[in-house]
Amino acid sequence: MKIMDNCYYTKNHEWIRVEGNEGWVGVSDYAQDAMGQIVFVELPEADDSFAQEDAFSVVESVKAASDIYMPASGTVTEVNEVLEDEPELINEDPYAHYICKIELEDMTELDNLMDAEAYGAYCESL
Amino acid sequence: MGEVKRTALYDVHHKHNGNMVDFAGYEMPLYYDSIINEHQAVRHHAGIFDVSHMGEVTVEGEEAEGYIQHLVTNDITQIDEGGVMYALMCYEDGGVVDDLLVYKYTSTKYLLVINASNIDKDYAWIKKQGEAFDVTLKNISDAIAEVALQGPKAEKILQKLTDTDVSSITFFTFKVDVLIDGKKCLVSRTGYTGEDGFEIYTTLENIAHVWEKLMEAGQEEGLQPAGLGARDTLRFEVALPLYGNEIHKDITPLEAGLSYFVKLDTDFVGKDVLVNQKETGLTRRVVGLELLGKGIARHGYEVLSPTGEKIGEITTGYKSPSLDKTIALAVVDKPFTKLGSDVVVQIRKKQVPAKVVSKKFYKKNYAK
Repeated sequence: MKIMDNCYYTKNHEWIRVEGNEGWVGVSDYAQDAMGQIVFVELPEADDSFAQEDAFSVVESVKAASDIYMPASGTVTEVNEVLEDEPELINEDPYAHYICKIELEDMTELDNLMDAEAYGAYCESL
Repeated sequence: MGEVKRTALYDVHHKHNGNMVDFAGYEMPLYYDSIINEHQAVRHHAGIFDVSHMGEVTVEGEEAEGYIQHLVTNDITQIDEGGVMYALMCYEDGGVVDDLLVYKYTSTKYLLVINASNIDKDYAWIKKQGEAFDVTLKNISDAIAEVALQGPKAEKILQKLTDTDVSSITFFTFKVDVLIDGKKCLVSRTGYTGEDGFEIYTTLENIAHVWEKLMEAGQEEGLQPAGLGARDTLRFEVALPLYGNEIHKDITPLEAGLSYFVKLDTDFVGKDVLVNQKETGLTRRVVGLELLGKGIARHGYEVLSPTGEKIGEITTGYKSPSLDKTIALAVVDKPFTKLGSDVVVQIRKKQVPAKVVSKKFYKKNYAK
């Protein structure tokens, strides 16, 4: 299982990579593996605002739809439209294929998330 | 909640990296490799499914034929010895108890194959209906293991392991005492995928051997183990109904579009309601939908008219692995059952337009 050092992680298996006050958000390798083949991603819209832990996207496998939650509060600045036609890219590389970019509202919220090491231990414990 | 049961193939599933889930009280593989790959293997080559969780009830006695005729909607006097028939059991109000396969050995001996999720409920119903008849009923579900070998290469694979001419087992017939690599099996040319194939019944002791030998024999034919996920996407594409989705206690076989399996000139439990329903006309029916916008319509999602009134709900929906379209089965009110009707599916917060299409999304490829 792949865990990226430069991301923060949630208990629901979302990741966020932060540069300045921008964050790239996606689902982890653990999540894509657990979901199986992904056949649809419901993207949020640019300018939508979400609080930390709000559901902002739905990733659907053959069998089921899974809500995806915001790792940190923010406003969507860009969505990864490629996923509309090629949702399976998340299976191929869940870190390269983010779901959306956000402008972060409160950097201190990142303290509520796990770093790579803590997330690795968390996944081991499941 | 009772304990979760394991089939006699549990170790085999682990060996093949089965992704196990709790289904109808059994720990079953949802998929091994991936649902879509297993689906395609069955459509183009072959797949093998553990269906040991299905229920089996034997019916024996002088009045077996009359009893089953009373129990199910189809005309079982039309089955020859060695024949299999699909039928439904209804409650007095016409709702469906379950769908089942009826295997006829002789007019005094039959085997009923029922859905895993309904075994206890069905057996109670089957016993209750049998009280007035001279029949002996036995629930032998726990003693029978079963695999389904499905796909265009199924016959070729099975033939490698038996001296029985499997081409002589024609569509919806069965043979007993077929030796598969020396293990005695009942083999029927039936299945639940829309492809040619066989259902193979044997003892708990023999099933793992049969599975492994079939896997070996099927290696060069592209045989793959297939899980419950592919079983559902395959049956859905050819609009074979699933209990709890297209059929259940609150929907009649006629509403489910299964009138072909309902013979109203025979007598069976629930018949009066169905006769009445046929005379007065159906108020709703199961139809096919093709989604015209993005999204996947899942079981239970609401179906709306173009003006926003609720007119039904989705019974099953997937992105079809064979057709690369997003399609669904739905039970909708009469005015919207006509092919080409415009409807809307409520997918979470979005309303996605859809149109009513033939339920035969994918053509069945039975060997008849």
